[in-house]
Amino acid sequence: MATNSTSAPAAKGVADTERRRPRLSPDTVSGYGFLAPFLIVYLVFLVYPLFRGFYLSLHQWDLLAGPLGWTGLQNYQDLLTDPTFWTALGNTFYFVVLTVPLTTVLALVLALALSKPTRTNAVFRAIFFSSSIVSVTVVTLIWQMVLSPSRGILAQALGTVGIPPLDWLNDQHLAMLALVIATVWWSLGLPLMLFSAGLQQIPGDIYEAARLDNASGWRTFRYITWPALHRTTVLVVLIEIILHFQVFGQPFLMTKGGPAGSTRSLVQYIYESGFRDWHLGYASTGAMVLFVVMLIASLAQLHFSRKED
Amino acid sequence: MSDATTGRRRADTGRIVTLTVLVIAAFLWLVPMIWVLAMSLKPNEVLMRTTAGLLPVPFTLDNFIQILNTAKVTRWFLNSIGVAVLMTGITLVLSSLGGYALARIPFRGARIMLIFIIAGLTVPEQAVFIPLDTMFASWHMNNTIIALVTPRLAVPFGVFLMMQFFKAVPKELEEAAILDNASRLKIFFKIMLPLARPALTTLGIFTFLYAWNDYLWPLVSATQENHYTITTGLASLQGNFAQSEGLGFLMATAVFASAPVLIVYLIFQRYIVQGIAMSSGK
Repeated sequence: MATNSTSAPAAKGVADTERRRPRLSPDTVSGYGFLAPFLIVYLVFLVYPLFRGFYLSLHQWDLLAGPLGWTGLQNYQDLLTDPTFWTALGNTFYFVVLTVPLTTVLALVLALALSKPTRTNAVFRAIFFSSSIVSVTVVTLIWQMVLSPSRGILAQALGTVGIPPLDWLNDQHLAMLALVIATVWWSLGLPLMLFSAGLQQIPGDIYEAARLDNASGWRTFRYITWPALHRTTVLVVLIEIILHFQVFGQPFLMTKGGPAGSTRSLVQYIYESGFRDWHLGYASTGAMVLFVVMLIASLAQLHFSRKED
Repeated sequence: MSDATTGRRRADTGRIVTLTVLVIAAFLWLVPMIWVLAMSLKPNEVLMRTTAGLLPVPFTLDNFIQILNTAKVTRWFLNSIGVAVLMTGITLVLSSLGGYALARIPFRGARIMLIFIIAGLTVPEQAVFIPLDTMFASWHMNNTIIALVTPRLAVPFGVFLMMQFFKAVPKELEEAAILDNASRLKIFFKIMLPLARPALTTLGIFTFLYAWNDYLWPLVSATQENHYTITTGLASLQGNFAQSEGLGFLMATAVFASAPVLIVYLIFQRYIVQGIAMSSGK
């Protein structure tokens, strides 16, 4: 039962030195004991799969038949010479480039408009966050209906002012935009809350000083709020990049990656390689590429979230 | 008119304009959900003619009654409940034990363990779902609740969150118990765990929402219809129903599928907001 910590007070000093003698101190035993349940799951279902994924990527591996032989870097060569892969990667970047700035700016503007700690503002925030709570299946179902040219509420609303309906999801130029709109609606909540939390941390007396100096609203934002939000903004952008780079459900469910492959995302490409074409080894190669991109973004995120702590 | 009054009047106008814009924006934001809710409460025959209108007139509960009589939808709903409850429960146990060890027990190698575990935060589900699928396939365990739950238990987010919480608990609270020669387990269960209730609530809500809404892994792992979750099940209905006469039923299923998470959100909103602030490293 004597699982004492080394921080025990001096009165226990003698007993302490006695306890330190065995190679496995009680703290080490209890430390690993407490950590073991998670550590086992972590090793088996996260660390091992990551290495197994790399192993798979070096093989031809069929969904049903299993391993069909070592192929070295052949999968990587095939991947990098597949125009569909490059299109999917390009689509994913395009999606990120449209979604992230739009979400970030909208979230920042809303967070600023709702920065006063009143009940009304809390209700507004709750409303804008509410759409983030539902699953991607529900979101895509809602937006497929909203954007439907024959039965959609958008076409009905625009029809009353004489604007003809658009076939958003089947138009090569509009389809990606439709996915972006649905995604912004779905994912605005998180950056809004992050910006709101960031704004709350700015001490109020700075604003009081600016008000006494008769500083304009823009100047106050430019020279006080914006610099103070710098770290939050960087974090928001990185979190958004990581989140949206892995987009899957929106194109998979709303456009099937079409029209003409113009909305197929990287994760969708990986999924289809594995579970439509049954090439798990090749799909794993795509997943490795995704992992490397995500690793770089995540390391940047960890770096910024630990800084100035 | 003095400068001060003009200034105040301008500020008042600004406030009214801002409020008006916000009210309109919030209404437009909610319109898609209100519309879907309205459609779920209308008869299918009416929806065949027109889907217009944000109010459920004529009103009917037939679509929801039909859900309760559709065995597969209720089955998916129960599958989701099972997955979400199991995932949430086990995550809370693993995360609080592990987080406590990393925050408070000065064991040999603690720092290396911490780095090793934080490194896992950089591995997204999307990067490992293929090897995970081959693992469960080789164990003949795809299409089981265990396969749906376990991969998410390995995500270190919870351990990290609980570690941050336990680090912030004052040391004095533990020291008295250490003097009394209480065991680590006793300290953990009697002192630390009761204090951790807010953090556990936050982590529990996040895990529940994640489990309920997850799409990719259930899509890959649970391929038999009776093992679908409500999230993948609803997706499987979309193609067949949207074009046919079952639009009201489809919308009702979407409402039904979202009801648990929306209820959780309404009750625990405060914890969600706090959790987001906490997990961003503040």
